[in-house]
Amino acid sequence: MPDELIVNGTPHPLPQDPRVTLLDFLRHDLGLTGTKKGCDHGQCGACTVIVNGLRINSCLTLAAMHEGHQVTTIEGLGIADEPSPLQRAFVEHDGFQCGYCTPGQICSATAMLDEIANGWPSDASETLDGPFEASGAEIRERMSGNLCRCGAYANIVAAIRHVAESEPAA
Amino acid sequence: MSVHVKQDKPATDNRLDTMRQGVIGKPVSRIEGLAKVTGTAPYAAEYPVEGCVEGVLVTATITRGTIVRIDAESALAMPGVIAVIDDERLTTRPAQGTANEAPQQKPRTICYWGQPIALVVAESFEQARDAARHLVVEYKPDEAAPVEADPSIAEEQEDETVREGNLDKAMSDAAFAVDVTYTTKGHASAAMEPHAAIAQWDGERLTVHASLQMLNYNITELSDALDLPEDRIRLISRYVGGGFGSKLGISEEAVAASIAAMQLERPVRVVMSRQQVFQSIMRRSETTQRLRLACDADGRLTGFGHEALVSNLPGEEFAEPVLQSSHFLYPGEHRELVLKLARIHRMTAGSVRAPGEAVGMPTLEAAMDVLAERAGIDPVELRLRNIPDKDPEQGLPFSSHKLAECLRQGAEAFGWDSAPRRPRLRREGEWWIGTGMASAARVHNVAEARARVTLKADGTALVETDMTDIGTGTYTIVAQIAGEMLGLRPDQVLVDLGDSNHPRGPGSGGSWGAPSIGSAVYVACMAIREALADTLGIDETALVLADAKAGNGTPLTELLGGKDLVREGHYEPGKITDDYLASGFGAFFAEVRVNHYTGETRVNRMLGAFGFGRVLNAKTARSQCLGGITWSIGMALTEALEFDPRDGHLVNRDLAEYHVPVHRDVPDLDVVLVEERDAAASIIQAKGIGELGMCGGAAAIANAIYNACGARVFDYPMTPDRVLAAMPD
Ligand code: FES
Ligand code: FES
Repeated sequence: MPDELIVNGTPHPLPQDPRVTLLDFLRHDLGLTGTKKGCDHGQCGACTVIVNGLRINSCLTLAAMHEGHQVTTIEGLGIADEPSPLQRAFVEHDGFQCGYCTPGQICSATAMLDEIANGWPSDASETLDGPFEASGAEIRERMSGNLCRCGAYANIVAAIRHVAESEPAA
Repeated sequence: MSVHVKQDKPATDNRLDTMRQGVIGKPVSRIEGLAKVTGTAPYAAEYPVEGCVEGVLVTATITRGTIVRIDAESALAMPGVIAVIDDERLTTRPAQGTANEAPQQKPRTICYWGQPIALVVAESFEQARDAARHLVVEYKPDEAAPVEADPSIAEEQEDETVREGNLDKAMSDAAFAVDVTYTTKGHASAAMEPHAAIAQWDGERLTVHASLQMLNYNITELSDALDLPEDRIRLISRYVGGGFGSKLGISEEAVAASIAAMQLERPVRVVMSRQQVFQSIMRRSETTQRLRLACDADGRLTGFGHEALVSNLPGEEFAEPVLQSSHFLYPGEHRELVLKLARIHRMTAGSVRAPGEAVGMPTLEAAMDVLAERAGIDPVELRLRNIPDKDPEQGLPFSSHKLAECLRQGAEAFGWDSAPRRPRLRREGEWWIGTGMASAARVHNVAEARARVTLKADGTALVETDMTDIGTGTYTIVAQIAGEMLGLRPDQVLVDLGDSNHPRGPGSGGSWGAPSIGSAVYVACMAIREALADTLGIDETALVLADAKAGNGTPLTELLGGKDLVREGHYEPGKITDDYLASGFGAFFAEVRVNHYTGETRVNRMLGAFGFGRVLNAKTARSQCLGGITWSIGMALTEALEFDPRDGHLVNRDLAEYHVPVHRDVPDLDVVLVEERDAAASIIQAKGIGELGMCGGAAAIANAIYNACGARVFDYPMTPDRVLAAMPD
């Protein structure tokens, strides 16, 4: 569809003002405030969403650049009655405190586990060729763009490992 | 009906332990957890408000002086711009915690670089942001203002001063002594949610959704700033994306949004940029600290000296209380404790997680490591030999004291090796490996609090209070306390927080939230129990409530007979706060590796053992400890506010340049929750745990760096350059 982008399966017209970031478009124009703004400069990961299957910082890109793209936000991953496995694991492992970095952590982790499954190496990998395991070291390296000032890291890693171990990626 | 309990005596009955629901202390998952992980929990800026316009703050680009002219036209001429607000009531600093009055106003007088001076309001955020950048402001700068703390301009904070005996003589007579000086850099709270507010004015009443920790104080501060009576203001903070002290007081964006909303008669949202949060909100003061420790041949302290220099803006009362736990942690009859405050023109210094101990304990505990080495005593043993049996300065009894248990249980869980210690015993490739430990201490605070509990006719409960949950777990512990007392599962208790229309508590700060509001909920529930016992014609102490039934099998719904039972609990700490010295205690253990060539330090593993009274929820309490330990890693290795020495402006004002720990900096962490009931801490025998986890942890890392590679560093954070410079060949 021209002049539209698709958010959680629903098409929306692109904003008029070309300055609108994808993050502000989601939060202000669409009212999808699950995606958070922590810095607006690509430094914290709170705004992480999944675009065409890849995680990005939505504050670092303009909405107008995503014509026809598929955007998945935290609202598209699961709802309270039907949470995604990662959402459930975050609650169980207390992978958050204030909850402000949490949607970004969960979107990031969702796409990150796919990256591991798809054999993408990281700085923590011993070789460049997969397969890779979702080890503590791999998760920590790959999740380092998602800051958590509450310091829930130890529990976030536990939650992600729990999901990685219980549902090996297809 | 309101029930008032003033606690003059320790609550030794431990009634919570006699209840039957079995939920208190259990690792219950957060009751608001699903809302947070699905992105549906609304934070301050996220309420859908019809017709809301956007405000962006403009901040000063000089350090000190006055504004001669603001050219409003320069912004008003731009598309979508509605107003330039430069009202004299705009606040220029955040209020200090519990200030209960407006902070500094008069935006035309500039006291620091980055001070908010005006608000530009436009139809869209993009328009307001652009116009704020283009607003033309003319200044008249004053001559140079001091921007570095200098001892020559510092004033002694006399109520902190202790001079007993003759410390100089104790030092020269001592079997072993250390006299060392440390520096610590300033820190930022850097809560992930930037400060934000939406203000709505209906011509009579002002409603503000804001990100605040202490509504009970914030409403008075806002009322004072606006000159609007409190009963015409409502503050709402249901979800707060982290506070760590930065949201204790009313801050600039909430006042600016309120003024704009009242002037324009439209709802106004103001969200600070990350840079503005860094530049216009609290910093933790940098410190310079001299530690003097003298001990006898057995390592028993005879002299104790701790002097600190901190800074703040002129007009601010707050002086980083560096010596807070030094007053009682260790003995030493010859004592000298002195705190000095220098007035400088950097942004406001105020509370950042664990004000005082956060920087006082890491230096003291690093100095203790030097002493342990000189005396040839294991560092754990040195601490065990120096636990006073009463408060060494005022002679008060401790309400409860778990340092020894924390040291022992922590050492055991960590696998502490008490063999004689010497640096550079272990090397793996380029890396030296070593261990270190430190004590933890954080004073206990508790305050007056009110909460209303309704046991509903349908057999569920509702708890209402203005108390906030800033990630600390308030929602869940309140549901657990009410559930335990009333025989309900936590999910049968609806907890409604963060609304100034509710009964007031002290808010979240100083780790006093849980013991204070928990006690108010307890008092209300106890009154409900008494009413139920009356109905049954038994004594309250004989009343058993579990699974929504009384002990005789009667369902709560039947007992209530179709009516709600409402009680307001009003808890007030009485003589307990005068009669005892209460504190949380703990011990940290760390293993680090230090790169021989680069001086880089990585934490391999870390453990904290903590005693903080009754654990209300083992899961959320552990998380608070994990958070504190994570902050300890940041303080030890990376966190430092850097100021331009010429104009005092903050150079690293964002999350790329101010380095909070990231995933890869934080290894697996262990927490040992040491069993304790502190009957003189609160009526529920609980103390706070939000801050203890970072009160000394950085020293465990510093001491491990020395044990690993032989580098004694006296400046925090211990960055690679500093470690390398101190590294022996
Ligand atoms: S808001 Fe996008 S990375 Fe911080
Ligand atoms: S949960 Fe608060 S920042 Fe991560």
